[in-house]
Amino acid sequence: MASAVTLTEPESSVAADGARWLTPWQFWGIVLLIPYLIIFTFFVIYPIAYGFWTARHPHTYVALVQDPIFVRSVINTFLFLAIGINIKMFIALLLSGFFVQARWWIKWLSVLFILPWAVPSIPTILSLRFMLNPEWGVVNTLIFRFTGEDGPNWLNDPAIGLTMAVAVHIWKSLPFWTLILISGRLAISADLYEAASVDGATNTQKFKYVTWPSLRTLYLTCTILSMIFTLGDFNSVYLLTGGGPADLTHVLATLGIRYLRIDQVDMSMAAIVIALPAILPLVFYMMKRLAR
Amino acid sequence: MRESHIALLRAASTEAKLLLIGIPVLVWTLLPIYHMFLFAISPKDSAFSGKLWPDHPTLRNFGIVFRQEHYFLHHFWEQLWNSLFIALATGALTLTIATGAAFAISRLKVKGGRTVMNLALFTYFIPAAFLAVPMYRTMGVYGLLNSQWSLIIAMVTIATPYAIWVLKQTSDNLPVELDEAAVMDGASPMQLFRLVYLPLIAPALVAIGTYAILLAWNEYLYAFLLLSKDTAITLPVALGNFLSADDSPWELLMTTGFVYALPPAAIYYAFRRYMVSGLTAGAVKS
Repeated sequence: MASAVTLTEPESSVAADGARWLTPWQFWGIVLLIPYLIIFTFFVIYPIAYGFWTARHPHTYVALVQDPIFVRSVINTFLFLAIGINIKMFIALLLSGFFVQARWWIKWLSVLFILPWAVPSIPTILSLRFMLNPEWGVVNTLIFRFTGEDGPNWLNDPAIGLTMAVAVHIWKSLPFWTLILISGRLAISADLYEAASVDGATNTQKFKYVTWPSLRTLYLTCTILSMIFTLGDFNSVYLLTGGGPADLTHVLATLGIRYLRIDQVDMSMAAIVIALPAILPLVFYMMKRLAR
Repeated sequence: MRESHIALLRAASTEAKLLLIGIPVLVWTLLPIYHMFLFAISPKDSAFSGKLWPDHPTLRNFGIVFRQEHYFLHHFWEQLWNSLFIALATGALTLTIATGAAFAISRLKVKGGRTVMNLALFTYFIPAAFLAVPMYRTMGVYGLLNSQWSLIIAMVTIATPYAIWVLKQTSDNLPVELDEAAVMDGASPMQLFRLVYLPLIAPALVAIGTYAILLAWNEYLYAFLLLSKDTAITLPVALGNFLSADDSPWELLMTTGFVYALPPAAIYYAFRRYMVSGLTAGAVKS
Protein backbone atom coordinates (compact mmCIF):
# COMPACT_ATOMS: atom_id res chain seq x y z
CA MET A 1 0.00 0.00 0.00
CA ALA A 2 2.86 2.34 0.74
CA SER A 3 3.69 2.40 -2.91
CA ALA A 4 0.18 3.47 -3.84
CA VAL A 5 0.50 6.39 -1.49
CA THR A 6 3.73 7.33 -3.18
CA LEU A 7 1.95 7.39 -6.49
CA THR A 8 -0.97 9.50 -5.47
CA GLU A 9 0.91 11.98 -3.33
CA PRO A 10 4.03 13.19 -5.07
CA GLU A 11 4.41 16.04 -2.61
CA SER A 12 4.37 13.83 0.47
CA SER A 13 6.34 14.93 3.49
CA VAL A 14 10.11 14.87 3.74
CA ALA A 15 9.88 12.36 6.59
CA ALA A 16 8.38 9.81 4.20
CA ASP A 17 11.33 10.16 1.84
CA GLY A 18 13.52 7.90 3.93
CA ALA A 19 10.94 5.14 3.81
CA ARG A 20 10.37 5.62 0.08
CA TRP A 21 13.98 5.26 -0.81
CA LEU A 22 14.60 2.13 -2.80
CA THR A 23 11.13 0.81 -2.82
CA PRO A 24 10.66 -1.24 -6.00
CA TRP A 25 9.13 1.90 -7.48
CA GLN A 26 12.17 4.04 -6.88
CA PHE A 27 14.47 1.25 -7.96
CA TRP A 28 12.73 0.76 -11.28
CA GLY A 29 12.40 4.49 -11.71
CA ILE A 30 16.17 4.84 -11.49
CA VAL A 31 16.78 1.88 -13.77
CA LEU A 32 14.48 3.34 -16.40
CA LEU A 33 16.16 6.74 -16.21
CA ILE A 34 19.67 5.38 -16.55
CA PRO A 35 19.70 4.97 -20.38
CA TYR A 36 18.78 8.61 -20.85
CA LEU A 37 21.28 9.74 -18.22
CA ILE A 38 24.03 7.82 -20.03
CA ILE A 39 23.15 9.51 -23.31
CA PHE A 40 22.96 12.87 -21.58
CA THR A 41 26.29 12.51 -19.81
CA PHE A 42 28.32 11.22 -22.73
CA PHE A 43 26.71 13.07 -25.63
CA VAL A 44 25.48 16.32 -24.13
CA ILE A 45 27.57 17.13 -21.05
CA TYR A 46 30.84 15.86 -22.45
CA PRO A 47 30.59 17.72 -25.80
CA ILE A 48 29.57 20.93 -24.06
CA ALA A 49 32.44 20.65 -21.58
CA TYR A 50 34.77 19.81 -24.44
CA GLY A 51 33.54 22.88 -26.31
CA PHE A 52 34.14 25.21 -23.38
CA TRP A 53 37.54 23.67 -22.79
CA THR A 54 38.53 24.19 -26.44
CA ALA A 55 37.37 27.80 -26.32
CA ARG A 56 39.05 28.64 -23.00
CA HIS A 57 41.85 30.90 -24.26
CA PRO A 58 41.07 34.63 -24.28
CA HIS A 59 43.13 35.17 -27.42
CA THR A 60 40.66 33.00 -29.36
CA TYR A 61 37.98 35.55 -28.63
CA VAL A 62 40.24 38.42 -29.65
CA ALA A 63 40.93 36.68 -32.95
CA LEU A 64 37.24 35.94 -33.36
CA VAL A 65 36.06 39.49 -32.82
CA GLN A 66 38.73 40.73 -35.22
CA ASP A 67 37.58 38.31 -37.91
CA PRO A 68 35.38 40.31 -40.34
CA ILE A 69 33.58 37.10 -41.32
CA PHE A 70 32.47 36.59 -37.73
CA VAL A 71 31.23 40.17 -37.45
CA ARG A 72 29.40 39.77 -40.73
CA SER A 73 27.84 36.49 -39.53
CA VAL A 74 26.56 38.13 -36.36
CA ILE A 75 24.92 40.89 -38.42
CA ASN A 76 23.51 38.32 -40.83
CA THR A 77 22.15 36.21 -37.99
CA PHE A 78 20.50 39.25 -36.46
CA LEU A 79 18.91 40.25 -39.77
CA PHE A 80 17.91 36.66 -40.48
CA LEU A 81 16.14 36.40 -37.11
CA ALA A 82 14.62 39.88 -36.99
CA ILE A 83 13.26 39.85 -40.53
CA GLY A 84 12.67 36.15 -41.08
CA ILE A 85 10.82 35.37 -37.87
CA ASN A 86 8.60 38.42 -37.82
CA ILE A 87 7.53 38.01 -41.43
CA LYS A 88 7.02 34.29 -40.93
CA MET A 89 4.97 34.61 -37.76
CA PHE A 90 2.89 37.43 -39.22
CA ILE A 91 2.08 35.42 -42.35
CA ALA A 92 1.36 32.39 -40.19
CA LEU A 93 -1.07 34.48 -38.14
CA LEU A 94 -2.86 35.64 -41.28
CA LEU A 95 -2.87 32.21 -42.91
CA SER A 96 -4.19 30.54 -39.76
CA GLY A 97 -7.20 32.83 -40.14
CA PHE A 98 -7.50 31.73 -43.76
CA PHE A 99 -7.24 28.02 -43.01
CA VAL A 100 -9.92 27.99 -40.32
CA GLN A 101 -12.50 28.99 -42.96
CA ALA A 102 -14.80 26.06 -43.67
CA ARG A 103 -14.44 25.32 -47.40
CA TRP A 104 -13.79 22.01 -49.08
CA TRP A 105 -10.97 23.43 -51.18
CA ILE A 106 -9.29 25.09 -48.21
CA LYS A 107 -9.25 21.69 -46.50
CA TRP A 108 -7.44 20.26 -49.53
CA LEU A 109 -5.08 23.19 -49.68
CA SER A 110 -4.20 22.75 -46.01
CA VAL A 111 -3.19 19.15 -46.73
CA LEU A 112 -0.84 20.28 -49.53
CA PHE A 113 0.34 23.23 -47.49
CA ILE A 114 2.10 20.86 -45.05
CA LEU A 115 4.40 19.48 -47.76
CA PRO A 116 7.37 21.84 -47.24
CA TRP A 117 7.49 20.83 -43.61
CA ALA A 118 6.95 17.12 -44.32
CA VAL A 119 9.67 16.64 -46.95
CA PRO A 120 13.39 16.79 -46.20
CA SER A 121 15.21 20.08 -46.70
CA ILE A 122 17.98 19.07 -49.01
CA PRO A 123 16.11 18.13 -52.23
CA THR A 124 13.79 21.13 -52.10
CA ILE A 125 16.54 23.61 -51.27
CA LEU A 126 18.70 22.20 -54.06
CA SER A 127 15.71 22.51 -56.37
CA LEU A 128 15.42 26.21 -55.45
CA ARG A 129 19.12 26.60 -55.95
CA PHE A 130 18.75 25.28 -59.50
CA MET A 131 15.83 27.59 -60.14
CA LEU A 132 18.06 30.52 -59.23
CA ASN A 133 21.08 29.41 -61.22
CA PRO A 134 22.04 32.48 -63.27
CA GLU A 135 22.75 30.59 -66.52
CA TRP A 136 20.43 27.60 -66.58
CA GLY A 137 17.90 28.29 -63.88
CA VAL A 138 14.25 28.58 -64.78
CA VAL A 139 13.93 32.03 -63.19
CA ASN A 140 16.53 33.67 -65.37
CA THR A 141 15.38 31.69 -68.42
CA LEU A 142 11.94 33.21 -67.99
CA ILE A 143 13.33 36.68 -67.33
CA PHE A 144 15.32 36.41 -70.55
CA ARG A 145 12.35 35.18 -72.53
CA PHE A 146 10.09 38.03 -71.44
CA THR A 147 12.49 40.95 -71.23
CA GLY A 148 15.38 39.87 -73.46
CA GLU A 149 17.76 40.77 -70.67
CA ASP A 150 19.88 38.66 -68.37
CA GLY A 151 18.48 38.23 -64.88
CA PRO A 152 20.51 39.00 -61.77
CA ASN A 153 23.21 36.66 -60.57
CA TRP A 154 20.96 35.67 -57.67
CA LEU A 155 23.07 33.74 -55.22
CA ASN A 156 26.29 35.54 -56.05
CA ASP A 157 24.99 38.71 -54.49
CA PRO A 158 25.25 38.57 -50.69
CA ALA A 159 22.12 40.65 -50.12
CA ILE A 160 19.96 38.62 -52.50
CA GLY A 161 21.55 35.40 -51.31
CA LEU A 162 20.69 36.08 -47.69
CA THR A 163 17.19 37.24 -48.62
CA MET A 164 16.68 33.99 -50.50
CA ALA A 165 17.94 32.02 -47.51
CA VAL A 166 15.37 33.82 -45.36
CA ALA A 167 12.72 32.98 -47.96
CA VAL A 168 13.77 29.32 -47.90
CA HIS A 169 13.56 29.33 -44.13
CA ILE A 170 10.06 30.81 -44.27
CA TRP A 171 9.01 28.36 -46.97
CA LYS A 172 10.19 25.43 -44.88
CA SER A 173 8.84 26.35 -41.46
CA LEU A 174 5.73 28.40 -42.23
CA PRO A 175 3.43 25.32 -42.29
CA PHE A 176 4.50 24.27 -38.79
CA TRP A 177 3.78 27.65 -37.17
CA THR A 178 0.58 28.08 -39.14
CA LEU A 179 -0.62 24.70 -37.84
CA ILE A 180 0.09 25.74 -34.27
CA LEU A 181 -1.70 29.05 -34.67
CA ILE A 182 -4.62 27.23 -36.31
CA SER A 183 -4.92 25.00 -33.27
CA GLY A 184 -4.72 28.14 -31.15
CA ARG A 185 -7.57 29.74 -33.09
CA LEU A 186 -9.68 26.59 -32.97
CA ALA A 187 -9.35 26.58 -29.19
CA ILE A 188 -11.16 29.94 -28.99
CA SER A 189 -14.79 29.41 -28.10
CA ALA A 190 -17.19 29.97 -31.01
CA ASP A 191 -19.60 31.62 -28.57
CA LEU A 192 -17.31 34.62 -28.34
CA TYR A 193 -17.51 35.18 -32.09
CA GLU A 194 -21.26 34.72 -32.10
CA ALA A 195 -21.66 37.22 -29.31
CA ALA A 196 -19.45 39.64 -31.22
CA SER A 197 -21.54 39.16 -34.37
CA VAL A 198 -24.73 39.82 -32.45
CA ASP A 199 -23.21 43.07 -31.23
CA GLY A 200 -22.49 43.97 -34.85
CA ALA A 201 -18.69 43.69 -34.68
CA THR A 202 -16.75 43.92 -37.95
CA ASN A 203 -14.09 41.35 -38.82
CA THR A 204 -11.35 43.74 -37.76
CA GLN A 205 -13.03 44.29 -34.42
CA LYS A 206 -13.48 40.56 -33.94
CA PHE A 207 -9.78 40.07 -34.52
CA LYS A 208 -8.83 42.92 -32.23
CA TYR A 209 -11.12 42.09 -29.32
CA VAL A 210 -11.60 38.31 -29.55
CA THR A 211 -8.86 36.59 -31.56
CA TRP A 212 -5.77 38.57 -30.65
CA PRO A 213 -6.26 38.63 -26.87
CA SER A 214 -6.59 34.83 -26.92
CA LEU A 215 -3.67 34.25 -29.27
CA ARG A 216 -1.25 36.82 -27.86
CA THR A 217 0.56 34.55 -25.41
CA LEU A 218 0.76 31.70 -27.91
CA TYR A 219 2.08 34.10 -30.55
CA LEU A 220 4.82 35.32 -28.22
CA THR A 221 5.81 31.79 -27.21
CA CYS A 222 5.93 30.75 -30.85
CA THR A 223 8.11 33.74 -31.71
CA ILE A 224 10.61 32.91 -28.99
CA LEU A 225 10.64 29.20 -29.75
CA SER A 226 11.08 30.05 -33.41
CA MET A 227 14.05 32.27 -32.56
CA ILE A 228 15.77 29.35 -30.88
CA PHE A 229 15.01 27.00 -33.76
CA THR A 230 15.99 29.58 -36.38
CA LEU A 231 19.34 30.21 -34.68
CA GLY A 232 20.07 26.56 -35.43
CA ASP A 233 18.87 26.68 -39.01
CA PHE A 234 21.91 25.38 -40.81
CA ASN A 235 20.28 24.04 -43.96
CA SER A 236 18.58 27.17 -45.32
CA VAL A 237 21.85 29.03 -45.59
CA TYR A 238 24.38 26.27 -46.10
CA LEU A 239 22.55 24.37 -48.81
CA LEU A 240 21.50 27.50 -50.69
CA THR A 241 24.54 29.77 -50.67
CA GLY A 242 27.11 27.66 -48.82
CA GLY A 243 27.94 30.85 -46.92
CA GLY A 244 29.22 32.43 -50.13
CA PRO A 245 29.98 34.54 -52.02
CA ALA A 246 33.26 35.24 -50.19
CA ASP A 247 31.81 34.00 -46.87
CA LEU A 248 29.46 36.98 -46.77
CA THR A 249 26.20 35.11 -46.09
CA HIS A 250 27.23 32.98 -43.13
CA VAL A 251 25.10 32.89 -40.01
CA LEU A 252 26.17 31.58 -36.60
CA ALA A 253 24.78 28.13 -37.40
CA THR A 254 26.99 27.72 -40.47
CA LEU A 255 30.01 29.59 -39.14
CA GLY A 256 30.98 26.74 -36.83
CA ILE A 257 31.26 24.40 -39.80
CA ARG A 258 33.31 26.92 -41.73
CA TYR A 259 35.86 27.21 -38.91
CA LEU A 260 35.90 23.44 -38.59
CA ARG A 261 36.68 23.15 -42.32
CA ILE A 262 39.69 25.44 -42.03
CA ASP A 263 40.76 23.60 -38.88
CA GLN A 264 40.08 26.37 -36.37
CA VAL A 265 37.98 24.39 -33.93
CA ASP A 266 38.65 26.82 -31.07
CA MET A 267 37.14 29.65 -33.14
CA SER A 268 34.20 27.45 -33.97
CA MET A 269 33.50 26.85 -30.28
CA ALA A 270 34.19 30.45 -29.29
CA ALA A 271 31.62 31.67 -31.81
CA ILE A 272 29.00 29.60 -29.99
CA VAL A 273 30.17 30.56 -26.49
CA ILE A 274 29.98 34.23 -27.44
CA ALA A 275 26.39 33.75 -28.58
CA LEU A 276 25.30 32.12 -25.31
CA PRO A 277 24.35 35.32 -23.42
CA ALA A 278 21.80 35.98 -26.15
CA ILE A 279 20.46 32.43 -26.33
CA LEU A 280 20.33 31.32 -22.70
CA PRO A 281 17.64 33.80 -21.56
CA LEU A 282 15.40 32.52 -24.37
CA VAL A 283 16.13 28.93 -23.41
CA PHE A 284 15.34 29.52 -19.74
CA TYR A 285 12.17 31.38 -20.61
CA MET A 286 11.00 28.45 -22.73
CA MET A 287 12.01 25.92 -20.07
CA LYS A 288 9.97 27.78 -17.48
CA ARG A 289 6.98 27.79 -19.80
CA LEU A 290 7.17 24.13 -20.75
CA ALA A 291 8.32 22.58 -17.48
CA ARG A 292 5.05 23.24 -15.68
CA MET B 1 -35.01 40.40 -53.79
CA ARG B 2 -32.40 43.12 -53.54
CA GLU B 3 -31.31 41.91 -50.13
CA SER B 4 -30.60 38.39 -51.37
CA HIS B 5 -28.72 39.86 -54.31
CA ILE B 6 -26.45 41.79 -52.01
CA ALA B 7 -25.93 38.75 -49.82
CA LEU B 8 -24.99 36.73 -52.90
CA LEU B 9 -22.59 39.40 -54.08
CA ARG B 10 -21.03 39.58 -50.65
CA ALA B 11 -20.60 35.79 -50.54
CA ALA B 12 -18.99 35.87 -54.00
CA SER B 13 -16.59 38.61 -52.98
CA THR B 14 -15.63 36.69 -49.82
CA GLU B 15 -14.99 33.65 -51.99
CA ALA B 16 -12.90 35.71 -54.41
CA LYS B 17 -10.87 37.15 -51.54
CA LEU B 18 -10.21 33.66 -50.19
CA LEU B 19 -9.12 32.50 -53.65
CA LEU B 20 -6.85 35.52 -53.88
CA ILE B 21 -5.04 34.17 -50.81
CA GLY B 22 -5.36 30.50 -51.68
CA ILE B 23 -3.84 30.57 -55.15
CA PRO B 24 -0.59 32.33 -54.18
CA VAL B 25 -0.31 30.00 -51.18
CA LEU B 26 -0.67 26.99 -53.47
CA VAL B 27 1.92 28.26 -55.96
CA TRP B 28 4.36 29.25 -53.21
CA THR B 29 4.03 25.87 -51.51
CA LEU B 30 4.40 23.69 -54.57
CA LEU B 31 6.87 25.64 -56.69
CA PRO B 32 10.18 24.07 -55.53
CA ILE B 33 8.61 20.63 -55.23
CA TYR B 34 7.02 20.82 -58.68
CA HIS B 35 10.30 22.09 -60.14
CA MET B 36 12.05 19.07 -58.65
CA PHE B 37 9.40 16.77 -60.07
CA LEU B 38 9.71 18.39 -63.54
CA PHE B 39 13.43 17.76 -63.54
CA ALA B 40 12.87 14.16 -62.55
CA ILE B 41 10.59 13.46 -65.52
CA SER B 42 12.49 15.53 -68.10
CA PRO B 43 15.11 14.16 -70.50
CA LYS B 44 18.59 15.50 -69.84
CA ASP B 45 18.70 18.12 -72.60
CA SER B 46 15.28 19.65 -72.09
CA ALA B 47 15.34 19.96 -68.32
CA PHE B 48 16.34 23.63 -68.41
CA SER B 49 13.77 24.96 -70.83
CA GLY B 50 11.45 26.58 -68.31
CA LYS B 51 8.35 24.88 -69.68
CA LEU B 52 5.48 24.05 -67.37
CA TRP B 53 5.33 20.48 -68.67
CA PRO B 54 8.09 18.72 -70.65
CA ASP B 55 7.43 17.86 -74.32
CA HIS B 56 8.52 14.28 -73.80
CA PRO B 57 8.04 13.28 -70.19
CA THR B 58 10.04 10.19 -69.34
CA LEU B 59 10.78 7.86 -66.46
CA ARG B 60 14.29 7.19 -67.77
CA ASN B 61 15.88 9.17 -64.94
CA PHE B 62 14.29 6.88 -62.39
CA GLY B 63 15.63 3.88 -64.31
CA ILE B 64 19.15 5.33 -64.24
CA VAL B 65 18.90 5.99 -60.51
CA PHE B 66 17.48 2.58 -59.63
CA ARG B 67 20.04 0.75 -61.78
CA GLN B 68 22.82 2.95 -60.33
CA GLU B 69 24.01 3.82 -63.84
CA HIS B 70 25.88 6.98 -63.03
CA TYR B 71 29.17 7.62 -61.31
CA PHE B 72 27.42 9.49 -58.48
CA LEU B 73 24.85 6.78 -58.02
CA HIS B 74 27.03 3.70 -57.66
CA HIS B 75 25.95 3.22 -54.07
CA PHE B 76 22.37 4.44 -54.34
CA TRP B 77 20.69 1.35 -52.86
CA GLU B 78 23.29 1.03 -50.16
CA GLN B 79 22.84 4.68 -49.18
CA LEU B 80 19.08 4.32 -49.21
CA TRP B 81 19.48 1.34 -46.90
CA ASN B 82 21.83 3.36 -44.65
CA SER B 83 19.22 6.11 -44.39
CA LEU B 84 16.53 3.57 -43.59
CA PHE B 85 18.61 1.66 -41.06
CA ILE B 86 19.73 4.80 -39.24
CA ALA B 87 16.18 6.17 -39.18
CA LEU B 88 14.67 2.94 -37.85
CA ALA B 89 17.42 2.43 -35.27
CA THR B 90 16.98 6.02 -34.09
CA GLY B 91 13.23 5.52 -33.85
CA ALA B 92 13.54 2.29 -31.86
CA LEU B 93 16.21 3.59 -29.47
CA THR B 94 14.44 6.91 -28.93
CA LEU B 95 11.18 5.15 -28.13
CA THR B 96 12.84 2.74 -25.71
CA ILE B 97 14.82 5.37 -23.84
CA ALA B 98 12.12 8.04 -23.80
CA THR B 99 9.25 5.74 -22.79
CA GLY B 100 11.24 4.41 -19.84
CA ALA B 101 12.28 7.87 -18.74
CA ALA B 102 8.78 9.33 -19.10
CA PHE B 103 7.29 6.41 -17.13
CA ALA B 104 9.87 6.83 -14.37
CA ILE B 105 9.31 10.58 -14.13
CA SER B 106 5.56 10.73 -14.55
CA ARG B 107 4.21 7.50 -13.01
CA LEU B 108 6.91 6.25 -10.66
CA LYS B 109 7.66 9.80 -9.51
CA VAL B 110 11.32 8.86 -9.22
CA LYS B 111 13.46 11.18 -7.12
CA GLY B 112 15.17 13.80 -9.23
CA GLY B 113 12.80 13.14 -12.09
CA ARG B 114 11.98 16.81 -12.34
CA THR B 115 15.64 17.68 -12.67
CA VAL B 116 16.09 15.13 -15.43
CA MET B 117 13.07 16.60 -17.23
CA ASN B 118 14.64 20.05 -16.99
CA LEU B 119 17.97 18.79 -18.29
CA ALA B 120 16.17 17.16 -21.21
CA LEU B 121 14.24 20.34 -21.97
CA PHE B 122 17.48 22.29 -21.84
CA THR B 123 18.98 19.93 -24.41
CA TYR B 124 15.90 20.32 -26.58
CA PHE B 125 16.44 24.07 -26.68
CA ILE B 126 20.10 24.00 -27.64
CA PRO B 127 20.08 24.64 -31.39
CA ALA B 128 21.27 21.37 -32.92
CA ALA B 129 23.67 23.19 -35.24
CA PHE B 130 25.52 24.58 -32.20
CA LEU B 131 26.07 21.14 -30.77
CA ALA B 132 27.25 19.74 -34.10
CA VAL B 133 30.95 20.63 -33.95
CA PRO B 134 31.41 19.57 -30.29
CA MET B 135 29.51 16.37 -31.09
CA TYR B 136 31.78 15.74 -34.06
CA ARG B 137 34.87 16.10 -31.89
CA THR B 138 33.33 13.97 -29.16
CA MET B 139 32.61 11.16 -31.59
CA GLY B 140 36.22 11.44 -32.67
CA VAL B 141 37.37 11.06 -29.06
CA TYR B 142 35.16 7.99 -28.63
CA GLY B 143 36.49 6.55 -31.89
CA LEU B 144 33.01 6.38 -33.39
CA LEU B 145 33.58 8.60 -36.44
CA ASN B 146 32.55 6.95 -39.71
CA SER B 147 30.52 4.40 -37.81
CA GLN B 148 26.81 4.62 -38.43
CA TRP B 149 26.29 4.28 -34.70
CA SER B 150 27.74 7.74 -34.22
CA LEU B 151 24.93 9.22 -36.30
CA ILE B 152 22.32 7.02 -34.64
CA ILE B 153 23.48 8.07 -31.17
CA ALA B 154 23.65 11.73 -32.18
CA MET B 155 20.10 11.55 -33.53
CA VAL B 156 18.89 9.77 -30.40
CA THR B 157 20.52 12.49 -28.31
CA ILE B 158 18.62 15.14 -30.24
CA ALA B 159 15.31 13.27 -30.45
CA THR B 160 14.95 11.94 -26.87
CA PRO B 161 14.44 15.25 -25.00
CA TYR B 162 11.36 16.18 -26.98
CA ALA B 163 10.16 12.57 -26.93
CA ILE B 164 10.43 12.41 -23.13
CA TRP B 165 8.63 15.71 -22.78
CA VAL B 166 5.69 14.75 -25.01
CA LEU B 167 5.38 11.30 -23.42
CA LYS B 168 5.55 12.80 -19.94
CA GLN B 169 2.78 15.26 -20.81
CA THR B 170 0.70 12.40 -22.15
CA SER B 171 1.27 10.20 -19.12
CA ASP B 172 0.55 13.04 -16.69
CA ASN B 173 -2.93 13.14 -18.17
CA LEU B 174 -3.63 9.45 -17.49
CA PRO B 175 -5.86 8.92 -14.45
CA VAL B 176 -3.99 7.94 -11.27
CA GLU B 177 -6.77 5.49 -10.41
CA LEU B 178 -5.50 3.11 -13.08
CA ASP B 179 -2.16 2.75 -11.31
CA GLU B 180 -3.86 2.42 -7.96
CA ALA B 181 -6.11 -0.34 -9.23
CA ALA B 182 -3.13 -2.16 -10.71
CA VAL B 183 -1.19 -1.83 -7.46
CA MET B 184 -4.20 -3.12 -5.46
CA ASP B 185 -4.11 -6.18 -7.68
CA GLY B 186 -0.47 -6.60 -6.72
CA ALA B 187 1.13 -5.42 -9.95
CA SER B 188 4.87 -4.77 -9.89
CA PRO B 189 6.24 -1.58 -11.47
CA MET B 190 7.22 -3.42 -14.62
CA GLN B 191 3.81 -5.09 -14.90
CA LEU B 192 2.22 -1.69 -14.54
CA PHE B 193 4.52 -0.45 -17.29
CA ARG B 194 3.78 -3.30 -19.69
CA LEU B 195 0.13 -3.96 -19.07
CA VAL B 196 -1.29 -0.56 -18.19
CA TYR B 197 1.05 2.16 -19.30
CA LEU B 198 2.23 1.07 -22.75
CA PRO B 199 -1.23 0.31 -24.18
CA LEU B 200 -2.55 3.63 -22.93
CA ILE B 201 0.15 5.81 -24.46
CA ALA B 202 0.32 3.85 -27.74
CA PRO B 203 -0.97 6.75 -29.89
CA ALA B 204 1.70 9.06 -28.50
CA LEU B 205 4.28 6.35 -29.16
CA VAL B 206 3.27 6.30 -32.83
CA ALA B 207 3.67 10.07 -33.04
CA ILE B 208 7.04 10.05 -31.26
CA GLY B 209 8.38 7.08 -33.21
CA THR B 210 7.46 8.82 -36.45
CA TYR B 211 9.01 12.05 -35.22
CA ALA B 212 12.32 10.35 -34.44
CA ILE B 213 12.36 8.38 -37.69
CA LEU B 214 11.70 11.48 -39.79
CA LEU B 215 14.25 13.51 -37.83
CA ALA B 216 16.97 10.96 -38.58
CA TRP B 217 15.89 10.36 -42.18
CA ASN B 218 15.91 14.10 -42.93
CA GLU B 219 19.14 14.95 -41.11
CA TYR B 220 21.88 16.47 -43.22
CA LEU B 221 24.34 18.38 -41.00
CA TYR B 222 25.21 15.61 -38.54
CA ALA B 223 25.19 12.99 -41.28
CA PHE B 224 27.76 14.79 -43.38
CA LEU B 225 29.93 15.58 -40.37
CA LEU B 226 29.94 12.11 -38.88
CA LEU B 227 29.98 9.87 -41.96
CA SER B 228 32.24 10.11 -44.96
CA LYS B 229 32.77 6.75 -46.67
CA ASP B 230 30.68 6.39 -49.86
CA THR B 231 29.28 3.12 -48.59
CA ALA B 232 28.46 4.47 -45.11
CA ILE B 233 26.82 7.82 -45.89
CA THR B 234 23.10 8.44 -46.04
CA LEU B 235 21.21 9.70 -49.10
CA PRO B 236 21.18 13.41 -48.15
CA VAL B 237 24.98 13.40 -47.84
CA ALA B 238 25.22 11.71 -51.23
CA LEU B 239 22.97 14.44 -52.64
CA GLY B 240 25.25 17.07 -51.13
CA ASN B 241 28.30 15.38 -52.67
CA PHE B 242 26.57 15.41 -56.05
CA LEU B 243 26.54 19.15 -55.86
CA SER B 244 30.24 19.65 -55.34
CA ALA B 245 31.00 18.32 -58.82
CA ASP B 246 31.20 20.76 -61.75
CA ASP B 247 29.27 18.61 -64.17
CA SER B 248 26.50 17.60 -61.78
CA PRO B 249 23.75 15.76 -63.61
CA TRP B 250 20.94 17.90 -62.26
CA GLU B 251 18.12 15.75 -63.55
CA LEU B 252 19.56 12.73 -61.73
CA LEU B 253 20.15 14.75 -58.58
CA MET B 254 16.53 15.89 -58.63
CA THR B 255 15.30 12.37 -59.35
CA THR B 256 17.26 10.97 -56.42
CA GLY B 257 16.04 13.83 -54.27
CA PHE B 258 12.48 13.11 -55.28
CA VAL B 259 12.82 9.43 -54.37
CA TYR B 260 14.39 10.44 -51.06
CA ALA B 261 11.60 12.92 -50.28
CA LEU B 262 8.76 10.49 -50.98
CA PRO B 263 8.90 8.24 -47.88
CA PRO B 264 8.73 11.07 -45.31
CA ALA B 265 5.85 12.68 -47.20
CA ALA B 266 4.04 9.34 -47.34
CA ILE B 267 4.67 8.59 -43.67
CA TYR B 268 3.56 12.05 -42.75
CA TYR B 269 0.26 11.69 -44.57
CA ALA B 270 -0.28 8.17 -43.25
CA PHE B 271 0.15 9.30 -39.66
CA ARG B 272 -1.19 12.81 -40.08
CA ARG B 273 -3.87 12.32 -37.44
CA TYR B 274 -1.33 11.40 -34.78
CA MET B 275 1.33 13.83 -35.94
CA VAL B 276 -0.66 17.02 -36.02
CA SER B 277 -2.37 16.53 -32.69
CA GLY B 278 0.56 14.82 -31.01
CA LEU B 279 3.36 17.07 -32.13
CA THR B 280 2.03 20.55 -32.76
CA ALA B 281 -0.16 20.56 -29.69
CA GLY B 282 2.80 19.33 -27.70
CA ALA B 283 5.31 21.70 -29.24
CA VAL B 284 3.81 24.82 -27.77
CA LYS B 285 1.70 24.62 -24.68
CA SER B 286 -0.35 27.76 -24.44
